[in-house]
This record gives sequence, structure tokens and C-alpha cells, in this order.
Amino acid sequence: MTTGRPDVLEPGAVETARGWVPVCDYAALTPERGACVLVGPHQVALFRTFDGRVRAIGQLDPFSGAYVLSRGIVGSRGDRATVASPMHKQVFDLETGACLDDPRVRVPVYDARVRDGRVEVRVP
Amino acid sequence: MRRNLVVVGHGPAAHRLTELLVERGAGWAITVLGEEPRPAYDRVALTSYLTGTGADELTYPVPEGVELLLGDPVTEIGRAARTVTTRGGRTLPYDALVLATGSSPFVPPVPGAEHAFVYRTLDDLDAIRAASAGARTGVVVGGGLLGLEAADALRSLGLETHIVEVAPWLMPRQVDEGGGAVLRRHVEGLGLTVHTGVPLAAVEPGRVTLADGTAIDAGVVVFSAGVRPRDELARAAGLDVGERGGIVVDAGMRTSDPAIYAIGECALAGGTVYGLVAPCFAMAEVAADRLCGGTAEFAGADLSTRLKLLGVDVAQFGAASGPLDVTFMDPVGGVYKRLFVSDDAQTLLGGILVGDAGPYSALRPFVGRPLAGTPTELLFGGTAALGGDLPDDAQVCSCNNVTAGRVREAIAGEGLTDVPGIKACTRAGATCGSCVPMLKRLLASSGVALGKAMCEHFDHSRAELFDIIRVRGIRTFSELISAHGRGRGCDVCKPAVASILASLGAGHILDGEQAALQDTNDHFLANIQRNGTYSIVPRIPGGEITPEKLIVIGEVARDFGLYTKITGGQRIDLFGARVEQLPVIWKRLVDAGFESGHAYGKALRTVKSCVGSTWCRYGVQDSVGLAIALELRYRGLRAPHKLKSAVSGCARECAEARGKDFGIIATEGGWNLYVGGNGGFQPRHADLLAADLRMDELIRAIDRFLMFYIRTADRLQRTSAWLESLDGGLGYLREVIIDDSLGIGADLDAAMERHVGSYQDEWAATLADPDKLRRFVSFVNAPGTPDPTIAFETERDQIKPVLITEIGARGGLEVTRA
Ligand code: SRM
Ligand SMILES: Cc1cc2nc3c(=O)[nH]c(=O)nc-3n(C[C@H](O)[C@H](O)[C@H](O)COP(=O)(O)OP(=O)(O)OC[C@H]3O[C@@H](n4cnc5c(N)ncnc54)[C@H](O)[C@@H]3O)c2cc1C
Ligand code: SF4
Ligand code: FES
Repeated sequence: MTTGRPDVLEPGAVETARGWVPVCDYAALTPERGACVLVGPHQVALFRTFDGRVRAIGQLDPFSGAYVLSRGIVGSRGDRATVASPMHKQVFDLETGACLDDPRVRVPVYDARVRDGRVEVRVP
Repeated sequence: MRRNLVVVGHGPAAHRLTELLVERGAGWAITVLGEEPRPAYDRVALTSYLTGTGADELTYPVPEGVELLLGDPVTEIGRAARTVTTRGGRTLPYDALVLATGSSPFVPPVPGAEHAFVYRTLDDLDAIRAASAGARTGVVVGGGLLGLEAADALRSLGLETHIVEVAPWLMPRQVDEGGGAVLRRHVEGLGLTVHTGVPLAAVEPGRVTLADGTAIDAGVVVFSAGVRPRDELARAAGLDVGERGGIVVDAGMRTSDPAIYAIGECALAGGTVYGLVAPCFAMAEVAADRLCGGTAEFAGADLSTRLKLLGVDVAQFGAASGPLDVTFMDPVGGVYKRLFVSDDAQTLLGGILVGDAGPYSALRPFVGRPLAGTPTELLFGGTAALGGDLPDDAQVCSCNNVTAGRVREAIAGEGLTDVPGIKACTRAGATCGSCVPMLKRLLASSGVALGKAMCEHFDHSRAELFDIIRVRGIRTFSELISAHGRGRGCDVCKPAVASILASLGAGHILDGEQAALQDTNDHFLANIQRNGTYSIVPRIPGGEITPEKLIVIGEVARDFGLYTKITGGQRIDLFGARVEQLPVIWKRLVDAGFESGHAYGKALRTVKSCVGSTWCRYGVQDSVGLAIALELRYRGLRAPHKLKSAVSGCARECAEARGKDFGIIATEGGWNLYVGGNGGFQPRHADLLAADLRMDELIRAIDRFLMFYIRTADRLQRTSAWLESLDGGLGYLREVIIDDSLGIGADLDAAMERHVGSYQDEWAATLADPDKLRRFVSFVNAPGTPDPTIAFETERDQIKPVLITEIGARGGLEVTRA
């Protein structure tokens, strides 16, 4: 299963100390909805969950091969915060990237934090 | 060596026999000789042919390997040589012969009888339809089950209709005098004129006379005065026949010649000729088993009946008399119920229900068994619990002879969870449908959680949530889930609640918290495609479009490089737009007088039209004008599933309205409204809800139909599945919508008025709101950058998506694999 990132883009964004990249204002994120940011060559799906936190996973939906995960519906399964792929509804755990409908599949998870009203992500 | 089986007659009994033999792989070479020019069809549903069901739909599929020779009746059986000879001169040898010749209508020996029609075959109905076209009045001779059905059919063809019955009351074989009186009032209420207790004296062209001298105008006369078994071939071949007709058979369906069997309405089994389809099927089952070497026996059959007549509920089951009875009569409400019980009042023997046959399906299986409650309780509700108590050997579906045990076994063994599953697996419920409520109870009592809970976040069904939201005035998902659910929602409940909020008029679908509930399509007001781009389908109401607007669509598609295709919904779809292009494209369309349309969203899609009376030489009404008006009225209406409609300008039905959730067909007198149609996965033709409506009546009926559906249907349940699951079916729906039996009509009307009054163009409103526009970017940190993974190839001069992963597989780009 393809989980990766196509290394086809020129790195574009400015990297700060220790790899944290500021990407957008926290206020630009709709509660319980996703948005996509470009960090270097990586498409990162950001989600502002109900607890106010920001979580980041890869934008590629490994099932359909399209870069769309940020456009899915955010919610919960049991006590896990989740997003469902907008293409064919497979559900992913926002904490671990694990697909809860198919244990063989996992999408990358990235570190994300909020500093002074700005969202920052760190992509290895 | 394959032995030859010849079957004479191709009706329901013959069909069932061949189907079973092929299923069992019995090793017979089967040839069926039929007199009618077409293969066997569902005669029970014959009348629906007059109200629009096609002959093809009624026709049973012919089992593989069965040879049919149609339109060529058998004229002689050569028992010594074991051959049959047809009118066309064919001679066929047989090792076993099955006579399934059915019955013919009895034609009373009165002068002028040759001017009358009978009501038995599709050809008969064609002839009646043709004669009715030029007539104003009709007379049906015979007030039994079939006579009433025929009278109702004449009425639906627009004839002023009379029924002549020689017995003192209608349906004398099924109901007693009290029931007959209540029934008569119902029938008269339908606009039919009833003459009882007088025999017919003569038929003349244009009128009939009764024995008491009454003359009735009659453009069309139909005899429905009983049937006679067609035993003429058997009789001529010297087989035993009954004194009053019918081919004598033993319990194994064998005639007095062991190589010849008889089944169905032509057979005299245990001294009875059965005139209902269920025993005919049972006989076919016995004969099939015998032909495979089995020892099945026909044990007689239930003569329960339920009248399918429009709007009148009549049922009779079990014995028609008994030592003790409980009778209830409400002449004002038009209800008559009577149960017969044993002298110790412990055992149910039978019953008659007129005006409210509700308890029928629950009571029928209890015939001959101890009562599960007092007779009065059984007559009035109290029957809901009976399903669980049914013993395994009680027959639930009499049409297909399926017991409660068989249904339970199928539910447990096959893991069935719904009625369609039971139908497919056991045939129960697949014929007249009257046992369906019982099947549901069996499902429930077998512990099948009838999936009421929408998902892990709510224990409620969609309809329940709708009521909670409406009654409590809830405006947000957070409010709802904190008070009535748990967790944070998911892709099942969030869009469903979004749709309910939208149906209740909660403003723009992207306002406030609602935005987070929407599926990606609703969130971006367009349909996502396999590569993450979107399609745009400009609304073209009724499919009518000016050349100027066509040019605009062409220009927009060209300027943005979009793939263009004519859809099956009379619109033009433009594919391949990236999220950031959507607003720019909408702007071009809005400026040219379009709005984008819903191909997403559980909302009205299109109202298709045919060209109608404006141009078409056959059109009787302006179908295009109506389609446009309807599309504009219901556009944007959010519902449990998508809604489709069409309007045809005459009965030729070029707009395929009967394949739609609500379809309208023009008549000389107005509009016929059909509901519950579906294409797609499980096609279903729509049912006639009301005929010859004026425009205002039509709009009101559609308003109520849609709002009632929106309030009560399940999540993602199209109107077709909703209608099939509605307890009481079409009759009940008609009562709610047309007669306002629940008293909610005004409320439904008001809800629709609110929708119409508050409609806004979602796309134009989005363009006018910078806040909403912010989401239309591929990357929030790089708004000008398009998604670099979106790529296209060219095919037939237009773009076609290629996924980056596919390019990788072809070695064009490097893709990391885990
Ligand atoms: C474009 C079109 C095919 C075409 O090229 O002709 C089409 C395309 C889609 N259809 Fe359809 N259907 C189209 C006419 C139909 C028709 C014919 C009709 O409407 O007369 C049917 C059968 C009629 C019916 O619905 O009863 C039809 C039955 C379906 C179904 C099955 C529904 C069902 O009840 O079984 C689905 C799946 C669903 O809705 O759950 C579906 C779903 C879809 C979706 C929305 C699938 C999806 O979620 O991506 C397609 C997206 C369209 C897009 O991206 O723009 N489409 N689809 C047609 C658009 C018509 C229009 O202008 O609105
Ligand atoms: C309008 C209508 C409504 C009905 N409604 C109901 C209902 O609600 N419930 C119910 O239980 N029953 C109902 N019935 C009765 C039901 O249709 C019959 O019980 C059933 O059709 C009997 O099936 P069969 O195969 O025995 O005979 P048939 O259906 O009569 O078929 C016999 C076939 O054999 C052909 N045939 C006869 N002689 C020859 C020959 N010599 N050579 C070749 N072919 C021959 C005939 O043309 C016919 O096609 C209804 C009947 C009608 C007409
Ligand atoms: S039939 Fe299937 S593939 Fe074709 S448009 Fe409809 S949903 Fe898409
Ligand atoms: S009783 Fe007629 S279908 Fe079951």
C-alpha cells in the first residue's frame, strides 16, 4: 500500500529552528474540520479537533491515491479522534495515523503545535 | 436418457412447476405449450396493467432450458401413444404430462352475452381498454372479489360504473350480511353504483337490462360471474372429471391416468376446485416433488383472501362461521370485524374484517390454534406482540406456503436483517405482500436489532432525530449530541443531522457550525472526483436551455479546460475543476444567469421533461412548463436521500416519470402523480398516488408527499424503499397525503412554504461571503498554489485524470512505497 509522499516539489517554506514550520493562523482553521498546508514537498492535512488541539497527518488517501484527507468529516470512534476519507469513507485515527477499518494501513502523522496564535508543524 | 415432460398451459401454476423442476435439476426435458401468445405472467396483478404496469413487468422470467411453444393450444391428448396434438398441427410425445390449463370465465347464458367482455387475460384487458376509450359508462356483472376489482378498473378508466350482483350482498362467498352492508357503503363511497339481489336479464349494445326491468346505460359490459375449470381436454381424453367440473386428482396431483397430472385451477383436489393462486402454487410444489420421485401430498389449502381494491380493506380467513363469535360493527366509521372461535372460546377458527384489515396478517397464522389473548384484544390492536409467539409450524405467508419456522431459520442461518432479504431467501412476502408486517415482527423477535440506532453516537433513527430537533427547536449539532448522543459524531450522523437542520430551514449549509458537518461535496458545493478535483453541473430546469446559455457553458468549459459530458439528467456536467477554480467558475455562470446545481447533497436533482404539448403532436399538457416550475419550487430541498422527478406530456412517457421519486404524467383531465419510483441499484416503477389532479391539487400533493418523506424516512432511504417499508403502504400514504388522515396536512404545507420562501442560491451566497470563500484553496499556507499532484492526459480530445500513484507505477514520477 502506498503511504508516502511524492518527492516532486521544490522545498518552498521557510524552516525555523529545530524544524518547526509556521503554516497558518490558528483562527483560520474551522473547528472540527480539516485544511491542507504545503510544507516543502509534503502535503499535510491539519485538523482542529473539538478539544482545541491541532493534529496533522498526510494528505494522501492511500486507498484512492488522491490527496484529499483534509476534506473528510472529523469525528470520533470510541475515544479516538478521527477523520473519514471523503472518497470512500475509511476512518483514520488522527493520533496514530492508523486506519481503523483496515489494520494494514497507516498514514504518516506529523507534530503540530500552536504558538502565539500561529499553527506550526514539524515534518521529518 | 432425458425423459420428456410436457406441460399444457402456461399460467402461474405451470410457471411455478417449471421453476421448481429446473431448480432441482430433475433431468426432465421440459416443453410447455401455451394458448396465450406470451409466457406466463402474474395474473393476480393483472389489473395493474390497466393502471400503467407493462406486460413485461408482469411476465415471469422463463427458467433456463424450458422450451416454450406459445400461441398454439393443445387440442387433443393421445393417451395410448402418449402424445399431445396442437391446433397448429404439432404432435409431441410425453413420458409425463401435466395439465395446467386454469379456468375460463363463466359467461351467463343471457341474450346478447356476445357483446360483453371477460376479465382474465392481458388480451381481455387490451380489448376492454380499447372499448372504454369511446365509452362513458360501464357495467360489471358479478360482485365478488374479481368483480369488484374489475369495477374499480373500469372506474379508473374513467367510466361511470355499475355493479350487478345476484346475491343479496357483495362478496357473498367471503363476507356475511353485516360485512356486506359495510362493504357496500365503501364501494358506493368510491362512486360505484351497486345493484344487489337482481339477476341480469339481457345485454344489448349500449345497455343492459336487469330481471326487475331496470335498464342501465353500458358502453362496456364485463362479466365477472365466476370461473369454470378448463377440463375439456381431460374430459375428451376420458380422464375422470368432477360432476361440476375439474380434473379429478389424488393427493399427489395424479389424474386417473398415472402418466398425467393436473395442477392449478383446472384440478379438483380433495373435492375442491381452488380459485386462488396460493393453492395453485402448492399443487405445483407437490407435482414437482412427485416428478422428482418424492412423496409430497397436497393437504388442502387456506382460502383466506384480502381484497386489493383501492381504498377498501376487506379480508376473510379461516372458517366463515363458528360456534361462538365476537362481532364489532361501526357503520359510521365503516368498520365491521367478526372473529369465529371454538365453543370454549380458546381456539381461533376464522374471521371477517371489513374497513380495517389491519389485524389480518397477525391473526391468520393463528387459525386452529389457541388464542393468545381475548378475542376483543385480538380485534383491536394487541396483535403487535403475536409475532414472537407464533409456533414454528404456523404459516406466515400463505401465497408461498412459508412457515414462521422457515423464516426464523433463514434469519438465523443466512444472517438476514431485512424484509427484502427474507423475500429473496424464502419467497415469503414476494406475492401479495400482506404478510410483510408479520415478517417484520419475526425479524424483531429474532433479535435482529432492526438497526434503529444511526451510529455509535446516537441511539435514535433519523426520523426520531428529526422530531427531536423539530420539537425541541435544536439549531446545532453540538447542542444535539450533548443532550441526545455521545462522542463527537462521524461521517454517518453529521451529514444526516446537517440534512435535517437544512430541511428545517437552518440557513446556508456552510453557516457557522453547520459547515463542519457537511460531506466534502456539500462542503465545497460540488462533486469530488477520483483525483480530488470537482465537477460542476449548472442547473438547467426541466432540461430547457437557450442557445446563448449553451454557448456560455461551452465557453466556461473551454476556458477552464474542463471535460464536458451530457448527463442522464438532462444537464451538462463539467469535470476537472480544482477547488480554487470553483468560485471563479460559479461567478462566470451566475453572471450569465445560471446557478450551479445539485449533483451532490441529498437534495432535488433534476426534474426531467419531455417536449410536451407545445411541440409534440401527442402532448396533452405543457410538460416542460410544469417541470421547470417544479424544479424551481423544490430546488435546494434537503431530504434523507436525493430526489428526482420528471414530467411527461402524455401516456407515452418519454420523460420516464415512473422511474422517479415523484413523476407526473399528463392526462386529458389534468395530471397523474406517481410516487416511489427509482432507477439505480434497485429499480422500481412509481405507483399512482392520485389521478387527474388540477395544478393546485398536484402541487399540494407533491408538497405533502415530500415533507412527509423528509420527516419520516430513514437516512439514505430513497422514496422507493421508504414507501415499501411504510406500514399500510400506498393506501396509507394516500390517506395521509390526500385525505389528511393524520391531520398534519396544514403543517406539511407550511413547512414547504417556508422552504420555497427561504430558498437561496447557495453558490451565489458563497461568492458574496469572503469568509466562506476562504476554504476554496488547495493549501491554506499557499493560496495561489494549485495542487501539484493533479494531472491529466488527453482522450478523445478532452482531459482525463491520472493519479500520481498511477504515474509512479508507470515509472514517470518517483513514489515512495511502504
Ligand atoms: C453525471 C451522472 C452520470 C452521467 O454522466 O450521465 C451521474 C453521476 C453520478 N451519480 Fe448518478 N448520475 C447521473 C444520473 C443518474 C441516474 C439517471 C437519472 O437521474 O435520470 C440514475 C438512476 C435514477 C435514480 O437515481 O433513481 C443515477 C443513479 C445513481 C445512484 C443510485 C441511486 C439508487 O437509488 O440506487 C447513485 C449512488 C447514490 O446516490 O447513492 C448515483 C451517484 C452518482 C454520483 C453522485 C456518484 C458520486 O458520489 O460521485 C455521480 C457524481 C456526478 C458528478 O460527479 O458530477 N447515481 N444517476 C448523471 C447526472 C444526472 C444529473 O444531471 O443530475
Ligand atoms: C383479475 C384477476 C385477479 C386475481 N386476483 C387474485 C388474488 O388477489 N389472489 C389470488 O389468490 N388469486 C387471484 N386471482 C386468481 C389467480 O390468478 C389464479 O388462481 C391463477 O392464475 C391460477 O393459475 P393457473 O396456472 O392454474 O391457471 P391460469 O392462470 O388460468 O393459466 C392457465 C393457462 O393455460 C392456458 N390454456 C388453457 N387451455 C389450454 C390448452 N388447451 N392448451 C394450451 N394452453 C391452454 C390458458 O390460456 C392460460 O394461459 C386473480 C385472477 C384474475 C383474473
Ligand atoms: S453509473 Fe456509476 S460510474 Fe457511472 S456516473 Fe453513475 S455512479 Fe458514476
Ligand atoms: S401472504 Fe402473500 S406474499 Fe406472503
